Amino acid sequence: MRRALLIAVPYVWLLALFLVPFFIVLKISLSDIELAIPPYTPTLDLSQGWAGIKEFFSQLDFENYVWLTEDDLYWKAYLSSVKIAVISTALTLLVGYPIAYGMARAPQEWRPTLMMLVILPFWTSFLIRVYAWMGILSNEGYLNQILLWLGIISAPLTILNTNTAVYIGIVYTYLPFMILPIYAALERMDESLIEAAEDLGCSRIQAFWLVTIPLSRPGIIAGCFLVMIPVIGEFVIPSLLGGSGTLMIGKVLWEEFFSNRDWPVASAVAVVLLLILVIPIVLFQRNQQKQTEADQ
Amino acid sequence: MSIKTLTMTAIVALGTSAAFAEEVRVYNWSDYIDEDLLKKFEEETGLTLIYDVFDSNEVLETKMLAGGSGYDVVVPTGTFLQRQIQAGAFQPLDKSQLSNAGNLWDVIQDRTAGYDPDNAYSINYMWGTTGLGVNVAKVKEVLGEDVALNSMDLVLKPENMEKLASCGVHFLDAPTEIIPMTLQYIGEDPDSHDTDVIAKTEEMLAAVRPYIQKFHSSEYINALANGDICVAVGWSGDILQARDRAAEADNGVEIEYHPFAEGSLMWFDQMAVPADAPNPEGAHKFLNFILDANNMAAASNYVYYANGNKASQEFLEEDVIGDPAIYPDETTMQNLYITTPYPAKTQRVVTRLWTKIKSGT
Repeated sequence: MRRALLIAVPYVWLLALFLVPFFIVLKISLSDIELAIPPYTPTLDLSQGWAGIKEFFSQLDFENYVWLTEDDLYWKAYLSSVKIAVISTALTLLVGYPIAYGMARAPQEWRPTLMMLVILPFWTSFLIRVYAWMGILSNEGYLNQILLWLGIISAPLTILNTNTAVYIGIVYTYLPFMILPIYAALERMDESLIEAAEDLGCSRIQAFWLVTIPLSRPGIIAGCFLVMIPVIGEFVIPSLLGGSGTLMIGKVLWEEFFSNRDWPVASAVAVVLLLILVIPIVLFQRNQQKQTEADQ
Repeated sequence: MSIKTLTMTAIVALGTSAAFAEEVRVYNWSDYIDEDLLKKFEEETGLTLIYDVFDSNEVLETKMLAGGSGYDVVVPTGTFLQRQIQAGAFQPLDKSQLSNAGNLWDVIQDRTAGYDPDNAYSINYMWGTTGLGVNVAKVKEVLGEDVALNSMDLVLKPENMEKLASCGVHFLDAPTEIIPMTLQYIGEDPDSHDTDVIAKTEEMLAAVRPYIQKFHSSEYINALANGDICVAVGWSGDILQARDRAAEADNGVEIEYHPFAEGSLMWFDQMAVPADAPNPEGAHKFLNFILDANNMAAASNYVYYANGNKASQEFLEEDVIGDPAIYPDETTMQNLYITTPYPAKTQRVVTRLWTKIKSGT
């Protein structure tokens, strides 16, 4: 009995916080737009009993999904989001790995402090930190002022409101999600393995590629998924730091929902986005599972 | 303690807390009121005022159409108000609770009746025009001394925009403002709902698109004031606020606002009470407070927008009532046009066109 209850807890959680909202969105995606509160039709009318429910289901259709295939905006936006996610994940890995490596190689007594420094930015609101970047990257911002003062550039660089600013914002924001799993993997590594590799004739660089990287792979994979999945649906960073030309599905979704007031099409976009995200999530799960099995 | 006394205590506690904290929730545009007025309202009425802000009609409209926003007073622009009235989002105002309603200005009332017949659902808060904010020195440096600072040529002629791109140009991220403006420029009816006519704006806007740094509906206030950009197509009062912020900062930036010589869009922000407002009585108290001539004048003196309150005009400062950028003269007034909401199908075409212009896709 107690065991059943314990198992039930995560399932109730999943049901209440994932499946129920998902089915509500799915239902709206099958409805039609209407100028009313709420702005779609049909709405379920239980007062008419069974006939009302039948009537309700007969009015649902897949029209909105057909619409998504007719306009190239949607797949271009999905594609562009995936592209931005892949590039920024690679950049985050390039920046995050050396940091994690340095932390794992630091003297034991420093590590808690270094860990603290990685987590510290979370103590400030994410929005404020993105706004700080706006101050740094703008034409009259600190970065341009310093570069001008040093004489490296003669005219201010336009970084804010471009894709470059979006990449900087994403790498900065998601860096801890990359560092922490890689650090966890590297910290567990037995350093005598490196010594062994060097004894067997590896140079330091060879030992790094042949021993350290493969051993930290689970951390790299976990970090990449933790960064890539939320970045695909990212909305705040591209809308604050990006230019009007930054096409991401999160912004398209916003426009369907707010500008067109077309909740049904917006919901269809969201359902398709979920399906796109499910693929990497399933891959991630399988990788985790294999990892646990290997550990045992 | 018995269950009964417990319940009684609970009821008493609830009762007193309700009496102490009767709340009025107002949802208004950002940077759109003198905050001292909010304190004054609380002091005069003893009500707790919860004041939230938004920066786009779309955000407000989505909350209205979702229902249960929890707000007692909201401030949509005329075209949006009209559609939301049709959707049943608002309740008719009870004029008996608005003793100051006589202060309203008939000239503005006549125009807002186009959106809200008989002005049954709303009162005018502010009105203004959409025009050009320019950093005078920078624009003259780029385009020469005798450039016309009040012409659409500045932002719709590619050769001008190409030069201005170096110092930064922002457009409002509002197709319902920019598309009528472009239609006006090419000699079409700015309020056209014909999708073929609307499509004509694409070529024009696509030609200047590469030189527009950003489409955004509030960032240009700071960007202009800091000197980050030199031209913005924006709302009159926002640009005048940028002018004042620059003057206060004393950073050598001089900003001017000009309505378009070719004719500017005139818009009205209307205060209305949602149909499901938790405290409609408090909402009316707030509206009546705003309708007071002194209070309305204080708000206009602060935000540099014209209001629809005739009685407030004698309390307006000279740099507000006397500034033709805020209260335009008779000829400019004649040149102003208004627009009506797009039907859903046209709206979709407009949004799609807008995305295409902005992102090239």
